[in-house]
Amino acid sequence: MSLLEIENLRVTFPTPKGNIDVVRGISFNLDRERLGIVGESGSGKSMTGRAILKLIRAPGRVSADTFRFDGIDLRNQSEKAMRSIRGARISMVMQDPKFSLNPVMTVGEQIAEALQTHKRLPRREIRNRVHTMLEAVRIADPERVATLYPHEISGGMGQRVMIAMMLIPEPDLLIADEPTSALDVSVQAQVLDIIDEQVKRKGMGLIFISHDLNLVSSYCDRILVMNSGTIVEECNAGDLRNATHPYTRGLIAAIPQLNETRDELPVLDRSTWVAK
Amino acid sequence: MIALSLQNLDIFYGETQITHNINVEIKEGESFALVGESGSGKSTVLKAIAGLAPEWSGSISAFGQPRSHNIDQQFAKHCQMVFQDPYGSLHPRKTVDATLSEPLAIHGVSNQNGRVEDILVAVGLDRKFRFRYPHQLSGGQRQRVAIARALMLEPKLLLLDEPTSALDVSVQAEILNLLKRLRREQNLTFLMVTHNLPVVSFLCDRLAVMRHGRIVEIADVAELKRGALKEPYSRELMDISSAHAG
Repeated sequence: MSLLEIENLRVTFPTPKGNIDVVRGISFNLDRERLGIVGESGSGKSMTGRAILKLIRAPGRVSADTFRFDGIDLRNQSEKAMRSIRGARISMVMQDPKFSLNPVMTVGEQIAEALQTHKRLPRREIRNRVHTMLEAVRIADPERVATLYPHEISGGMGQRVMIAMMLIPEPDLLIADEPTSALDVSVQAQVLDIIDEQVKRKGMGLIFISHDLNLVSSYCDRILVMNSGTIVEECNAGDLRNATHPYTRGLIAAIPQLNETRDELPVLDRSTWVAK
Repeated sequence: MIALSLQNLDIFYGETQITHNINVEIKEGESFALVGESGSGKSTVLKAIAGLAPEWSGSISAFGQPRSHNIDQQFAKHCQMVFQDPYGSLHPRKTVDATLSEPLAIHGVSNQNGRVEDILVAVGLDRKFRFRYPHQLSGGQRQRVAIARALMLEPKLLLLDEPTSALDVSVQAEILNLLKRLRREQNLTFLMVTHNLPVVSFLCDRLAVMRHGRIVEIADVAELKRGALKEPYSRELMDISSAHAG
């Protein structure tokens, strides 16, 4: 049995011109592996991630033929039941630590809160686990950093705190939605290595959502390429160079290279494959 | 002719000194990149040139004209800036038309209507976008508007602060092509700040690597392409970029 089984997932939003499907019947399975979802803005990749956590708010609607996480049918879980799954079993790292951390709580308190919500533990034990977790995300001085507020730390450190918070309840599945887009190239690699290390050590499943094909191919086992709400291509990360779909090939070609010799970058010709 | 010359430029935010002794000369028609990590002071240099960080010592001059520390209309005529985030840099309550006409009104330029139409064509935006608001445009379209606004006064020098880092790779390719074409057509000089070395390789002629507010190396892009940057820190940046390119 797979950790996550999804068949014919749809996310629909009503508009004055009728219903619009932003995710149009996608199916995939996930084991304890690293799965990358890539696509442009508006391709439905983030909506897929949110749908898994049932975070699509009304008037948006989610429907699926199969929608199971670790044997639990997510379709008929109540909000209350979902709250015991979110964080504890499936957690999500968001894009920008500036907006996703609580500005009026110290880093230590926020991480502790993530743990306390799901487990009752003595205070000293919680403090120790928060410090161990901060060390695990390579923060050199956890005692001091735990007492700081989000505005007192850098973006890269903020994202590591976010990861610590998401991993402390020891979830089975981590969804990382553009976890490094707001960070510098040099810090990016460090943050991804931390995610990678933690995922491997704890044997979690990872869904890594990004628009950066190179990044996804170097950190994932398998890749789904999404375009306008559908999966246009699925391949092993190593085979991305041999991708066949014109959309995937277009995305790869549009990335400038370090030893660039082309005078003009190829631009996606959207008319050739637009799904109707 | 020298398009931009920075000499012994030290920039301060209050008590804190951000850059130390920046010396750069950019020739007319050249495309020059400043690269480095966050906090290296590269964006601050652009801000000082544009007049957004007025506390500096040393000298800034464009096309032989020194820049004053105050608002400098003469300088603004030759030198305009494009910001990183097209979601934040356009006024949300102004139409594209109002955004593009404003610099003309400030500088008392005539034929506003014709100029706005011409610039929309130049940056590849359809006429139907002229009376729309920023929230009705995609990220790539907004960045085209931001570039159009910077070009309204027909400047000769364009300051680009990470012009594509907020965009998808496919849209980034469109904007990079646009910048390259505009530079050729209007004989512009670029000073671009970025941490993306492949973008430098595509768009620029020379680059300066910055760290902790100092320039550690100035090199030709040919050297970057050959992987022959000299300073250990430049090589480190290069290695990170090539590791990601896979």
